[in-house]
Amino acid sequence: MSLLEVRGLRVTFGGRTAAVRGASLSVEKGETHCLVGESGCGKSVTALAVMNLLARGARREAEALSFAGQDLRHLSDREMSRLRGDRMAMIFQEPMTSLNPAYTIGSQMTEVLRRHRGAPRARAAERAAELLARVGITAPGMRLGQYPHQLSGGLRQRVMIAMALMCDPELLVADEPTTALDVTVQAQILRLLAGLQRDLGLGILLITHDLGIVARVADRVSVMYAGEVVESAPTAQLFAAPRHPYTRGLLRCVPVPGKVRRDEPLGSIPGVVPRIPPGFRGCAFRDRCPHAAPACAEAVPRQEAGPGHEFLCTLPPDWALRERAA
Amino acid sequence: MTAAIEVRGLRRVFRVRQGLFAPPRQVVAVDGVSFAVPAGSVLGVVGESGCGKSTLARLILGLLPPTEGEVLVDGRRLSEMDRRARARLIQPVFQDPFASLNPRRRVKDIVAMPLVAQGSVPAAEAARRVAEMLERVGLSQEQGERFPAQLSGGQRQRVAIARALVLRPRIVVCDEPTSALDVSVQAQILNLLAELRRDLGLTYLFISHNLAVVEHVASEVAVMYLGRIVERNESEALFRAPAHPYTRALLASVLTPEPGLGVPDVGLGDTLPDPANIPPGCRFHPRCPQAFGRCPAEAPAAWPAAGGGFAECHLLDPAAPGAAPREALRQEA
Repeated sequence: MSLLEVRGLRVTFGGRTAAVRGASLSVEKGETHCLVGESGCGKSVTALAVMNLLARGARREAEALSFAGQDLRHLSDREMSRLRGDRMAMIFQEPMTSLNPAYTIGSQMTEVLRRHRGAPRARAAERAAELLARVGITAPGMRLGQYPHQLSGGLRQRVMIAMALMCDPELLVADEPTTALDVTVQAQILRLLAGLQRDLGLGILLITHDLGIVARVADRVSVMYAGEVVESAPTAQLFAAPRHPYTRGLLRCVPVPGKVRRDEPLGSIPGVVPRIPPGFRGCAFRDRCPHAAPACAEAVPRQEAGPGHEFLCTLPPDWALRERAA
Repeated sequence: MTAAIEVRGLRRVFRVRQGLFAPPRQVVAVDGVSFAVPAGSVLGVVGESGCGKSTLARLILGLLPPTEGEVLVDGRRLSEMDRRARARLIQPVFQDPFASLNPRRRVKDIVAMPLVAQGSVPAAEAARRVAEMLERVGLSQEQGERFPAQLSGGQRQRVAIARALVLRPRIVVCDEPTSALDVSVQAQILNLLAELRRDLGLTYLFISHNLAVVEHVASEVAVMYLGRIVERNESEALFRAPAHPYTRALLASVLTPEPGLGVPDVGLGDTLPDPANIPPGCRFHPRCPQAFGRCPAEAPAAWPAAGGGFAECHLLDPAAPGAAPREALRQEA
């Protein structure tokens, strides 16, 4: 049984925009699953749909949506909020907007434990200080009395992580947790997450647009495009033998020191991400795809390219090999 | 040959009020920066947020007056030029194309603005040059009729580039030009900038926090830390053999898409740089994994590094006792 199981997730906003169109993914205990894609591909909406935090007016449907064997689809708001922050926690990109500027770090952190576990104030404060130290914040006692604006971006993100860990969650959903940070701080935060996962056996669903992060931290990757998971594979497999033309294009766009010579053009994907109306048929990438064929306008098969490696395309699984041979 | 951009002893101090009654504090954003960029090359400027790289860009564009020092563009003092002459010589491209484009104007009017501001270009000539420029950056005539909100992020950045180039400047200051864009679009814009530089013989000052991008575009790189250039070198030498411990830490924290390598330990500790409170001696010493007795006491001189550049670090002083092996220097010898 997977820790988190999502199958055939669909999210629409007001019946006009289909943000997520049948996405499936699963997170195992102690595993980091990266959901990668460009802006507007539906990766954040997927995370919010899992946490039941979608804006009013959004419609969520799924063939399966379960956490540790518990079906999340029919939970009431009350039951869901009991789970959220307790057994499943979420951290966001910009910690300044998710921390309340009017309350101290301490009062925001202890609230989690007091609310979910009814812990006494003193014990909650003790736990908060312990976790701040765990995420590498020096002088945790002093930090508890400070307000969010008194901390740097990196410290705030550490506070968010510590707060998410207050109730020992089993699943952590992290939406672009390091995008607003400097590279040096980003490396520190990602190391911290990796360490916590090892020590606590956390399952992490990490949402990012950065293929460098994916390569370095993920066990499994799902690539999203226009609301669909177009390819999913173990990390090493995805980088070594990507099958979907979008994944391949994306990998060629990233400048890698020492790989592409200066002044030589980088690979790029022409065009822009399309807006998908409900009832759209066929492959959403076909307008930008160098391999597009008439068949791409029909239903696209989900194919297997190896153990745990699936992709959504009309090309045969060995097309890349054949192309190289030709 | 005169350098396209030359900067001498540039310093900029901001006075920041902390509270209603507290005395204002001084923030030294740029501190004693000198360099020259030869025409036709690309100087990449890298560093963390708050290191002064955007202030440097604004000083070079003439958007901020320096507290001390001077900026020479194409051999002429920036402070002695009027705004129109400056605009014909040097133009900016900023990070957020949405914030820097007027939402109520059509794309073709936005691109025409610098020509109109010159006051001496006839309307027919301006329209012709706008059309030519739009085509040059990959926008259609039909897109020229639209408003910025109707374009994607990458298309908006193309508009910003067209506007910067319509006066045919010699120099373009790019301040994080692709940081707000998706990777696939970033690649398109980087390729466009490279192509334009080759075809039009432009000189770029290219500011970015993304070292992989800088490595791809820059011929020379300057690393800034708390207002100073702590290392500068020809791009290939700097990436191959970084001489300053800070440059090494920055390079170590770049996450290349190579699976299996994990996340590196950059070894910088938790102290963060505060431009309002610059440490004495070497300003990097509180975070430096190799700091020794001399570092907090004495500001380091600029020592030569392999490849013709320099780094401001006591470890490179040939006379420093206990200094680490200087591979970089040995390679050159």
